[in-house]
This record gives sequence, C-alpha cells and structure tokens, in this order.
Amino acid sequence: MLYSDKVLDHFSNPRNVGELPNADGVGEVGSPACGDIMRMYIKVDGGIISDIRFKTFGCGAAVATSSMATELIKGRSIDDALSLTNKAVVEALDGLPPVKIHCSVLAEQAIKAAISDYYTRQGIDPLPIVGNIPDAEACHTH
Amino acid sequence: MNNKRFVYADNAATTKVSPQVLDAMMPWLQEGYGNPSSIYRKGREALQALNKAREQVARGLGAAPGEIFFTSCGSESNNWAIKGVARAMAKRGKKHIITSAFEHHAVLHTVEALKKEGFDITLLPVYENGIVRVADVASAIREDTALVTIMYANNEIGTIQPIAEIGAVCREKGVLFHTDAVQAIGNVEVDVAAQNIDLLSLTGHKIHAPKGVGALYIRKGVPRFPNLIDGGGQEAGRRAGTENVPYIVGLGEAVEIACAGIPQRAAMVRPMRDRLIRELLELPHTRLNGDPEQRLPGNVNISFEGIEGESLLLMLDMNGIAASSGSACTSGSLDPSHVLLAIGLVHEVAHGSLRISINDETTDADVDHILGTVPGVVEKLRDMSPLWESIQAKKAV
Repeated sequence: MLYSDKVLDHFSNPRNVGELPNADGVGEVGSPACGDIMRMYIKVDGGIISDIRFKTFGCGAAVATSSMATELIKGRSIDDALSLTNKAVVEALDGLPPVKIHCSVLAEQAIKAAISDYYTRQGIDPLPIVGNIPDAEACHTH
Repeated sequence: MNNKRFVYADNAATTKVSPQVLDAMMPWLQEGYGNPSSIYRKGREALQALNKAREQVARGLGAAPGEIFFTSCGSESNNWAIKGVARAMAKRGKKHIITSAFEHHAVLHTVEALKKEGFDITLLPVYENGIVRVADVASAIREDTALVTIMYANNEIGTIQPIAEIGAVCREKGVLFHTDAVQAIGNVEVDVAAQNIDLLSLTGHKIHAPKGVGALYIRKGVPRFPNLIDGGGQEAGRRAGTENVPYIVGLGEAVEIACAGIPQRAAMVRPMRDRLIRELLELPHTRLNGDPEQRLPGNVNISFEGIEGESLLLMLDMNGIAASSGSACTSGSLDPSHVLLAIGLVHEVAHGSLRISINDETTDADVDHILGTVPGVVEKLRDMSPLWESIQAKKAV
C-alpha cells in the first residue's frame, strides 16, 4: 500500500495539531473500536473559522487527512467549511489508497461535528444547517 | 529524523536468504535444471539433490525421510493436512475439529471453510498469557473428533504451546494431532516422535530460505488422506507438481542450519529480547502481550495505549526500523489482530501494538537504535492523540 509524498509529509509534519482551550466548537468522531478517532477544535469570529486544531488516534491516512482538512478550512467561512468534501481532501493529498478513503470521510465528519457543536453552544439547532452526521461505523462503508 | 541505519526487526514476517542457502541453491538454478523424474543423468542428479534435502528436513524434525513431503509454503501444508485429514475422517463419521482461537489465518480460515462443509469446529481459548491449556484440549475431545490442530508458537506474540503434552493427550485418546510449526522451527527443538506429533507444517522463508517452499511431515502411521494437488506422481503420489529443486535444496539446507545450535542462538537472542521488553515497559501505560517466559527468544509484542499501530510503524520506518503491528489498518481488516483480541485486549489497546522480532543477526547497536527511537515516536503520537489525556487519568492497564 503506497502513500503519496503529500500524505507522508502531512503525516510526519502535521499542521495544526493540538487543542484550543477556549474553543467555540469541539467535534469528535470515530471510535476506539474502529481504530480511528478525530477531534477538531474551532474558533469562530464573525462567521470565519479563525483558528483550528486537531487530535487524531489513527493511521497515517487518518493523521494526514486531519491535517489537510484543517489547512483547507482555516480562515474560511463556516459555509465554505461545511461544503468541504472528503473528495476534496483526498485530491489535495494527491490521492489515498482505496482502503484508506474512509479516513477522509472521518475528517469531513469531524469538521461538521465541530461546527455542529459551535451552533449548539450558540443555542441554534445545528441539524438544518449541518445536516446528519452518520454513525462512526458508517465510516467503514466505502 | 532519517538516521540511515536500517534495523530489520520483522523476522517473524520473513527473513533474508542466508549466503549458505543461496550457495546451496545456485547450481540448481543454473546447470542443475534437470527434472527429478527424468531417467537421464541430469534428472538423476536433481533427484539426488531432492533426496538429500528430504533427509535434511527429516533429521531436523527427528523424522524419517519418507515422512517428509515438500509443498509451496506453510499455508499449503496447513490446508493439505487439515482439509485432507478432515475429509478422510468424515468418512469414518468424525466431523469435529479442535483448534485454538489464535491460529494463523492459514489454519483458521481453513477450518472456517470446513465449517461451511458441515464440520463442527471448537476454538480453544488462549487466556491472557497466550497459552492453550492441555486440560482444555482433553475435555474438548469427543467421540467424533477428527483432528486437533494447535500451532507450536504463535506468530504475533511468540508464545510457545505445550505441544508434547497436547500430543500425549491426543495420542492417548486416539485423535490425530497436527501442529503449525512455521514460527517454531529453528527456535525450539522439535522432535516429532518424543512430542507425539502426527503432522507438522513448516516453511522456508522464516528460516532464511526463499519464499515459496515448505514441507508437511506426515507420521507413517497416519491413515492415508486425500491430496490437495492431484497430477503426476511426485512426492510419492501425494502432492503433484514438478519439484522446485533449487528451492527444496534451499529448504533442506535452511532446516539443517536452523536446527543446529538452537540453544546457543537462543542464549544470544533472549537477553536482547528481554532488554527490549524491560526498557519499553518503562514507558507508561504499556503492556507486554503474551507470557514473558514461554516465548520465542526473539519475539517482543507490546501495546502502547493511546496510539495506533500503523502510525507507529510509519514513524519507525522513517527512522530505518522495520517492524509490524496488530492494528486493524495493518491487518487490512476492520478488526485489530484476532490474536490480541483472543488474549483479551480491548480493541483500542490491540490497535496500539508493536511486534518486534529479532534474531541472531541483530546486534546490541540495533537494539540501542530501537530503544532510542520508540519512546520519542510514542510520545509524539500520544501528544497527537485525543485519547491520551483520559488514559493518563486512569490507572495503569
């Protein structure tokens, strides 16, 4: 199984690793049983994701997709962040082995979970804006 | 990060072909191309090489040459022994097979295939220490038990099973006993007669012969069972296919070398293994998988809570260290290693396992490099992990 150079770069030098103590939204997806857990912290200012951090328990692809996803949405509007697809993350990484595509789905879901949490904290129902975030086990269907 | 020092710590996966084995093989890849079934001189020479290899393997196991049959690999040997015996015994109304929960997939998937054909399969537990209990074998045996198959040493956690005792129970109850000895040859002294073994699988590529050659030992008294591969009369009519002379020669040489000097090699390797175990266990929230004593001299298998195995291996690879893991990502399935689950690890701890398998070519400097690299990598991955904080708050595993 081969990882692209971009994947290996994002794996060995991941961007935005860490936590945000005063986060406006925190989302966690995946499960220990799966072997894949992503947690995203976001700070939102005027509808823009001003800062973002992640922590990931998972394989090379999991770390790389988390890292790339945070890079893609940092400084962008919430709307833009919500329209980020796992396909875009995979393309930005110059592709992933087929068996690893589900890791990129998890990254997309982690972002949605963080934004969902942001709205909940604002007292706004996230469901109409963010939509449904499928169950962790669904990450394995691809 | 790249030290350019390469440390191969995955000998349980495969080994390098040794110079002696290669030297023994070469003539048979060049001028010695005869078909052993041919009547002319070139054929007879190839046949003699085959016979010599057969004697070498037989001597290594304490068997007779006529009890050794060459195959393409350990998986073929396992498939042939288990399916063959099962089908022969089914004709006598015996359709029950006993094996262990942590066999190699070549055994487990074989018995699963037989299950679909109507065989009843008992999977014996292996407990936290990774060792099958002889009493469990005894109580599992029924009137209709066709075969007991228990691996000699586990490939992932290296635990060595009580083979002689299990064999004795089977002999006493009149049940055939097969053992997958792929990981054991060269590491423990095998004596098929003293250890009551009826059938035994071995392979070349774990003992410095090339991949693509193995053998099955079938004790003379074992009732005839069907072939896996039918065709020309090779291997006394029991396993067709023009013999892979160069590779079989390599296997013979490898078995002879492997079975000589086992205690001396073990004495060299064990201290390095124990040093790796001792020092890696100094890291917090780690555990050794499998019994520390009843264990192959070169096997280390440790779980690091809070991190995932493939990430660990990638970082080790960037530091020139080749090892393996029981995580789902590395097993290519959705579940982590069935071996680690069988000894009672929860999924997330199984995902964070590292297997290091050294041998007598490993040096202290290699061990230094491993010990100098793993802690830093584990720390970096734990800093990245959403699980680490809550793990630290818990008691040690």
